[in-house]
Amino acid sequence: MATTTTTAVTTTPTPDGAGTPAIRRRQRLLFLRNAKAMTGLVIIGVFAVLAVIGPWIAPMDPDALSSDVLSPPSAAHWLGTDHLGKDILSQIMVGTRGVMIVGFTAGILATVIGVLVGVTAGYIGGAGDEALSALSNVFLVIPQLPLIIVIAGQLPSAGGLTVAAVIAVTGWAWGARVLRAQTLSLRRRDFVEAARANGERTWRILTAEILPNLTAIIAAGFVGTVTFAVISQITLAFIGVTSVSDWNWGTILFWAQQNQALARGAWWWFAPAGLCIALLGMGLTLVNFGIDEFVNPRLRSTGLHARELRRRGIRPRIGFTPVVHEAEEGRR
Amino acid sequence: MRFVVRRGIFYLITAWAAVTINFVLPRLMPGDPVAALLAKSQGQIDSSAEDAIRLLFGLDQDASIWQQYVDYWGLLLHGNLGVSFMNFPTPVTEVIAQSLPWTVGLVGIATVISFTLGTLVGMGIGWRRGTWADGLLPATTFFSAVPYFWLGLIAIALFSVTLGWFPASGSYDRSMIPALTPEFAGSVIRYGTLPAFTIVLSSVSGWILGMRNMMVTVSSEDYVTVAQAKGLPERSVVVGYAARNAILPQMSSFTLALGFIVGGTLIMEMVFSYQGIGFLLYQAVGNHDYPLMQGCFLVITLAVLVANMAADVIYAVLDPRTRQEG
Repeated sequence: MATTTTTAVTTTPTPDGAGTPAIRRRQRLLFLRNAKAMTGLVIIGVFAVLAVIGPWIAPMDPDALSSDVLSPPSAAHWLGTDHLGKDILSQIMVGTRGVMIVGFTAGILATVIGVLVGVTAGYIGGAGDEALSALSNVFLVIPQLPLIIVIAGQLPSAGGLTVAAVIAVTGWAWGARVLRAQTLSLRRRDFVEAARANGERTWRILTAEILPNLTAIIAAGFVGTVTFAVISQITLAFIGVTSVSDWNWGTILFWAQQNQALARGAWWWFAPAGLCIALLGMGLTLVNFGIDEFVNPRLRSTGLHARELRRRGIRPRIGFTPVVHEAEEGRR
Repeated sequence: MRFVVRRGIFYLITAWAAVTINFVLPRLMPGDPVAALLAKSQGQIDSSAEDAIRLLFGLDQDASIWQQYVDYWGLLLHGNLGVSFMNFPTPVTEVIAQSLPWTVGLVGIATVISFTLGTLVGMGIGWRRGTWADGLLPATTFFSAVPYFWLGLIAIALFSVTLGWFPASGSYDRSMIPALTPEFAGSVIRYGTLPAFTIVLSSVSGWILGMRNMMVTVSSEDYVTVAQAKGLPERSVVVGYAARNAILPQMSSFTLALGFIVGGTLIMEMVFSYQGIGFLLYQAVGNHDYPLMQGCFLVITLAVLVANMAADVIYAVLDPRTRQEG
């Protein structure tokens, strides 16, 4: 950073020369300067770090029994203990890894399937499109959670990655549908026609011309799938379909429910895990809001606060939606 | 008309796909849990019921897969889904028939409330952008980011354990005999309020957000400006011009959200031990009752398809463009 400023100072024949790359950089960082997206990314980042180092920094072995049975939060057990004296804070820290791995694996798998099906359907058109769209519509209409439960319930042992695969296989359809619609509208744009006229190969048109224009939608679909996968996986663990010995936040809630934590008033048993889920879910949702506002400038202005709008002399009323140029604000 | 036919064909394909998934799943699974269960209950299951289960789960290795598939359809079309292991020897269809009305009632009422409330609130927020009402959005987002079942747990902790306003589980007072009396109806409502409230709380944000975003888009359309410029009262601009058009995508997203809502409701029933089909599925999973599990999935899917068809018809009534298209 320091070197850039010095070079800028020494070689500033025109202000434009130094300004252009700066603006370009600012625009690239526009997404990150969005407060919602940034908050979301920070939350996800914290959980990602916890997923990596959680099992090492956990104060105790999550399976270690102790004599403090069902004790409320104390100095020794920050989040209390369960009916066998196991430390709940450690369970949450160790469980984070399972949650994040399954969430992101399922997200990646489902996004890959969705991109393959959606972009292919949108690009090839005709009978292939009809068949692929019908396939994704079928998967959209069949209720996912019962399907996941039925599949996972019949598997002899449903470990983390199996669950991720099942979630991905059942959850790709929404992304495929949105991608198909967007590809359909991109297919006839001039730049794609030009590439086709140049004799580019289909593969290259898809990867170099179409996919870059779908980045935001793919990202939004990915984030949405991760949210869904996290919640599904925790739900499956909670109802005891998947292995109850692998720690994740749902397993904690499963044991809490099995041992009537609610009736016993042991709020520390189920509240922290739930809050972690809510926090992670909210982080993911915020990132998606950020992507939405990044893509659709109309929504960007509605995200501003009332005071902010007044300060900038904007009165949102019918007839127009103020399109706010965020980089402008940053320069002020 | 063409619209209706197209959708009809689509639903037939989907129903076929659901049945086929149900047929293929147990045949793909490694190991044979059903065979083990059958061996364990040797002699208790009469031979015709055992044949049905063998057929449903592909334990008949003599027949070709195609023959099995044909026989499977034959069973389904006769309404035979096998015998429940858990409630032996009641047929699966009978077990499901007892719990289905509870789920349909709960989901139906909760969904209608949630849709109406969310659409109205979203309309308000979308119209009056840049006021305090925008603050509602993050709050409702929080409730949708939380898994359904956790919200249910908190609701139980707060309203039944701490405050004691509503019962924590069940669907009616067990000391009563189910009958069409005002007392019994009151008991059903009292037991159903908390589950319904939680479902509404967790699903309303989707409707609010969808409606608000559509209102934002629609209110910058020319016809809304014209309506305003003509000096029409604000109320009629909002309701008659903006909201009327913004609600159409709400209707079409309703059909897509339905599967999701049903999934959430199943979980809610598990938490509240509400005697609907979700609770049944939960018990079936816990007791390795495979015929019941499969039957539940099939019935849930078919119910969602029927609801989707209904939503499609309403959509066609609301939006003349879909009717003219063919």
